[in-house]
Amino acid sequence: MSFSSSYERFFDIPIGPQHPALKEPILLKLIVEGEHVVAADVDVSYTHRGVERAMQERNYIQNIYLAERICGICNVAHTLCYCQNVEGLYDVEIPSRALYIRVLVEELARIHSHLLWLGVAAHEIGFDTLFMYIWRDRERVMDLIEEITGNRVTSAINTIGGVRRDIRPETCERCLKAMDYLEERTKYYKKVCETDPTVIARCTGVGILKLKDAIRLCAVGPTLRASNIKYDVRADDPYAVHDEVPFNVIVYDTNDTLARVLVRIDETLESINMVRYCIEHMPSGPVRVRLKLSPPVGEHLSRVEAPRGELIHYVKSNGTEKPERYKVRTPTFGNIPALCEMLTSKGDYVVNIADVPIAFASIDPCLSCTARVVMLEREKGKLWVGSLDGLRRWRGWG
Amino acid sequence: MAMLLEVFRHLFKKRATLMYPFGDREKIPVPEGLRGKISFNRDLCIGCGLCARFCPSGAAELIEDEKGKRPIFHIDRCLFCAQCEEVCPRKAITLTKTFEIAGFDRNNLVVK
Repeated sequence: MSFSSSYERFFDIPIGPQHPALKEPILLKLIVEGEHVVAADVDVSYTHRGVERAMQERNYIQNIYLAERICGICNVAHTLCYCQNVEGLYDVEIPSRALYIRVLVEELARIHSHLLWLGVAAHEIGFDTLFMYIWRDRERVMDLIEEITGNRVTSAINTIGGVRRDIRPETCERCLKAMDYLEERTKYYKKVCETDPTVIARCTGVGILKLKDAIRLCAVGPTLRASNIKYDVRADDPYAVHDEVPFNVIVYDTNDTLARVLVRIDETLESINMVRYCIEHMPSGPVRVRLKLSPPVGEHLSRVEAPRGELIHYVKSNGTEKPERYKVRTPTFGNIPALCEMLTSKGDYVVNIADVPIAFASIDPCLSCTARVVMLEREKGKLWVGSLDGLRRWRGWG
Repeated sequence: MAMLLEVFRHLFKKRATLMYPFGDREKIPVPEGLRGKISFNRDLCIGCGLCARFCPSGAAELIEDEKGKRPIFHIDRCLFCAQCEEVCPRKAITLTKTFEIAGFDRNNLVVK
């Protein structure tokens, strides 16, 4: 790389994989000129767990719980995506009460994930008071999830053919009450984030991702919507009952970290309304259909809007009780190129080293979900990109 | 400055933190249907082995005793997903609301 510099020297600063500013292991290789970051490189492969391979060794029921553990915080999104995927192989209709419960729990999980992120972001900019208050209020959602599903974090509510538990009427009442409380608190946090001098000083103009860069680098989720692109899987490719539950896709046009904060706060408010709608309009009926353990031969792909962005699962079945191939593409994977763009100074836009933690946190990274194998021929400088047909031939499926 | 007022107001409010495990034990909310420690009823079990087949983490292990085949449950491997409870045809397995199950010896964490 060549840069013009008044310092005439560039330094490499590695941040991570173990660093006080990072919650998860990632190596950010920053090239700095003075205080400014001029280029960034990322290595995410410290937590490769071989989940996709492990899935080929377990049956479809066991895989629900393995898929759940790809990501602890978006566990509902992962099981939902997995179950939709396998149900797609059977070609079966899921009872509508089950779909409503799925959306209800998914949106509760989104509220808890966004509030968690908001707390972490406040912690990254050194605003620990806000962090404590937000996490205290997040406990209300955790209690609700515990009451509905039987566990605080790993909910295990979705299963192939529906949901595993019905929701009790008294839980619905408590849920509505908690939503009133959370709405009031979330509106208050929005006011704080819009007016507090600390938040504004640390977030405005930091981690800029312009609209055309967001499209070029295929950003997903709130990162994309903060760059003024109206794209949400729930609205554009509705799954479950998202075509019935009304909500607005939130976009902001300032492209910076503050926009990502506000997108997530507004999405929390939307989710609160969606939870209310689900409870009020929930139909009666069964919550589950029983299916055979071995799905028919075929392949299926399903998309879900996880709290962090678009989540894609792919399954290939060979008619046995274990999948032949399973592929997961998590939202953070899609946001890594956008992160490198955010950390690169260009023209008027400069990135200070002190802004790196909050810019990195602004994509809501979840690195354990992300580590995947990519084949790279380093000597030839060539990235090995396989088409689906090429991959089939290579694996001897073709 | 919205934050300052809030902080000041909280000086006079009740503490949100529960002092668990040194106090406030009874204040921990344990909802109906919490998935806790497994309890197993040997008299109902017919030794079909479905729990061991569907257990995602290998916590249910099928052994033989004087009455025939039966599972034992290693709680240190358990995910508390309640899949065994769901597949059991005789309702021999139930998940109780006990959640304080940490220990120093793995041998104490086997449900027989």
